Amino acid sequence: MVTEMDQNINIDDVDTKMEKKSLIHCTDVNVFYDDKQALFNVDLNINEKEVTSLIGPSGCGKSTFIRCLNRMNDVIETCSFNGSIIINGQDIYDPEIDVVELRAKIGMVFQKPNPFPKSVFDNVAYGPKLHGRFLNKSDMNNKVEDSLIKAGLWDEIKDRLNEPGTALSGGQQQRLCIARAIAVDPEIILMDEPCSALDPIATARIEELIDELKVNYTIVIVTHSMQQAARVSQRTAFFHLGNLIEVGDTGKIFRSPDNEQTEAYVTGRYG
Amino acid sequence: MTDKALTLKRKFAETRFKIYGLASLFLAMVMLVVIISSMTYRSIPAFTNYGINLEIKLANEFIDKDDLDYRGIIRETIFSLDSECDDRKCRRSFSKLFSSGAAYDLRDALEEDESLYEKNFNFYILFSDDADLFYKFGIDKNLPENERRLNDQEILWLEGFQEKGLVEKKFSSNLFTNGDSREPEIAGVLGAVIGSMYTILITLIISFPIGVLAAIYLESFASKNRITDFIEVNINNLAAVPSIVFGLLGLALFINFFGMPRSAPLVGGCVLSLMTLPVIIIATRASLQSVPPSIREAALAMGASEMQVVFQHILPAALPGILTGTIIGLARAFGESAPLLLIGMVAFVVDIPQSVMDPATALPVQVYIWADSPERAFVAKTSAATLVLIFLLIIINLAAVILRKKYELKW
Repeated sequence: MVTEMDQNINIDDVDTKMEKKSLIHCTDVNVFYDDKQALFNVDLNINEKEVTSLIGPSGCGKSTFIRCLNRMNDVIETCSFNGSIIINGQDIYDPEIDVVELRAKIGMVFQKPNPFPKSVFDNVAYGPKLHGRFLNKSDMNNKVEDSLIKAGLWDEIKDRLNEPGTALSGGQQQRLCIARAIAVDPEIILMDEPCSALDPIATARIEELIDELKVNYTIVIVTHSMQQAARVSQRTAFFHLGNLIEVGDTGKIFRSPDNEQTEAYVTGRYG
Repeated sequence: MTDKALTLKRKFAETRFKIYGLASLFLAMVMLVVIISSMTYRSIPAFTNYGINLEIKLANEFIDKDDLDYRGIIRETIFSLDSECDDRKCRRSFSKLFSSGAAYDLRDALEEDESLYEKNFNFYILFSDDADLFYKFGIDKNLPENERRLNDQEILWLEGFQEKGLVEKKFSSNLFTNGDSREPEIAGVLGAVIGSMYTILITLIISFPIGVLAAIYLESFASKNRITDFIEVNINNLAAVPSIVFGLLGLALFINFFGMPRSAPLVGGCVLSLMTLPVIIIATRASLQSVPPSIREAALAMGASEMQVVFQHILPAALPGILTGTIIGLARAFGESAPLLLIGMVAFVVDIPQSVMDPATALPVQVYIWADSPERAFVAKTSAATLVLIFLLIIINLAAVILRKKYELKW
């Protein structure tokens, strides 16, 4: 285990040539749905406290990959995984790992805003309650307020905490989902096309938010919008047909990618 | 064809379809109205009863409260109407005009008001069903005397009462406060209603938790393999099994094997649970499936375990559907009679059941028993009991609607 980790860190140092410490080490990740292979030998390291975007045409496996990071693929019965993903020195696919604890450290925001059909307050308080934190009422109020402030939603809905979360607008719902995710103080936030169901103004708001959040959280975002990847991320990984084609600084990927396929994709020639 | 012709054709097809829909809706409504109104019309006579107000003279009599001959008092009172009638045959014929329930009514009245033991008071004595029908519908006097329910002398008496203005028509509360009886004028549905309630209560207690938990397990936890497929097919088949088969099963299993009492709501409830279970399981699974998967994903990603996801998110969201399915299943069980016939709930039970172990009958079975009775007065009673059954079913279905509205979540 130790040697494997050392190896990863070495690869990472060569890879990015940056001082940023890498937090997630993925080695040789293969994912199958039944017999169909969705990811082929993906090796990817994700740095702490910055935004990594995953881009690529539809069906390229980027959503499958992001869902490996918090083992959300476990719930799909036909899905099988092999390889290793190490977060904080721990292999998250180790049979001894408790998925529930893992997911408490890794928040996730989905493509379609999916607040629970409960009040705004209960939506945010759900995670802390679930994990047995902030049982005191005023602590809980503070936590909810704090999370909503961080998600940039507090000023808009501080008087509407008892309304159902589903009554908010789409952009507000998505920020509510972000608030819900950060209420459990995760280290990592995964975002699977968080803006694809939102209008440009709500999208801009979320992008600003991502920018603010990266100070405290490691963020992985899947996006179909190249502009969005360019705007919010520091590193970009390009997937194609289940293979990781290229990964590097966002500037480099968009300006002078090493790989022809990457270039064709980011310049809009296909995908 | 031109664009315009196509548009016209499409619009015509739409209008035609709308008309078909409205027509079938109208037809359904008409049938419903016909059924309910004919039922109501036939049942009207059952809600009233003719009787006669007579003075009961208890003053100046020595009375032993513990051993009072109520029947004797009633006889004495009614024979005072016609003092010439003193031979056995005449007296029997005369007393046939009055309900045999009058003695019990008198006992109840005296027990309620003890001061009556020492006075003379007016008491309302019910007529028997034949006399009652005579006042309601008359009688065909052209029929030979031996083919009539009442002979010439009896008709004379009844007409005499009417001329003297003694006859009085009253609302028949017996229908709602009594158990079954051989005498139509004192027979009521209360025993059957209570029996049905006990039966349904047992059905609910057994089938709701088992059905819902089985559905949750099958839907959310069981792995999909041949065994669960097999179970699923069998549950769907069970829902289509004729109810009388469940009755046979109940007879063999609960009564003959486990030795549970015959005619008891407990057994009835068990049998109806067997019948209702597949319905509840199927309805519950359908409503669990209809909860958007995004809610499940959201909760899982927050770190909820599979069980927490089910009980904190999916079940509350599916609850309206589950409750509706359960209540519809129970309503079906409530109107079921065939399996109950087989386990002996078709017995003639006069007493109102006090527990689930007492012999009882159910409302639909009561309808069957009355429809089968030879007395003409039971025709109206049958319709009245049917109305009560329909009324209770409407209440049950209304409960389903209200519960659904109450627990419905906004997405």
